[in-house]
Amino acid sequence: MAKIYPKASPKNENLLPKDETVNFLLNYSKALRVLKYNKLKFEALLN
Amino acid sequence: MKKELIQDAELVSNYLDGNENALSILIERHKQKIYSFIYSKVYDRDVTEDVFQDTFIKVIRTLKRGKYNEEGKFLPWVMRIAHNLVIDYFRKNKRMPKFDNAGEFSIFSVLSDSSLNAEKAIIKDQVESDVRRIIEELPEDQKQVLVMRMYQDMSFKEISERTGVSINTALGRMRYALINMRKVIEQNNIVLTN
Repeated sequence: MAKIYPKASPKNENLLPKDETVNFLLNYSKALRVLKYNKLKFEALLN
Repeated sequence: MKKELIQDAELVSNYLDGNENALSILIERHKQKIYSFIYSKVYDRDVTEDVFQDTFIKVIRTLKRGKYNEEGKFLPWVMRIAHNLVIDYFRKNKRMPKFDNAGEFSIFSVLSDSSLNAEKAIIKDQVESDVRRIIEELPEDQKQVLVMRMYQDMSFKEISERTGVSINTALGRMRYALINMRKVIEQNNIVLTN
């Protein structure tokens, strides 16, 4: 009976996003500006 | 617990005031939980990375647009966004999480693909084509009965009515058609196996 069960998935101790991904998000945040005009909101990426 | 929630709320507030460093702290604080949550659903590092990135892009856009409703629930809110993006991912790909076949038991040993692969499909076409050519070599009356029976799925009663002969004659023509086909196959060493 035990044979029909695969081994448990290996525990991934290092489940963290890559540094590049985090850096991208921080840079994206710095570059993103939301411009308000009357009731409208526009997004602009200022690189 | 309460302290952490207040801190998150403060960081969000600071971020909304233009302190970009606050976002960095929020990501550092929660990245492991969010990343693990996504990975537990998709079991793929690259997809997890993409969904994680999309999650925070949505977080950043929502915060900067002033649409975030602060109720001291920053992490559950981000988790909900991640959850929705995971669902979007599965909808887009129309598939379920991959089965991790790392164990000694292979699920593919009991599951088989009944559809033909490219090679078998070509062989099948070839065999059917050969059979049709052999049928073309049969005398007209035998060919007629065989085609009606095998390709048009007619009963011998229907064949006899259609061809104007008795059922026994139709049966006899079918019998000779098969005998003659076997002869042609044997004489020409034609292999009709898939």
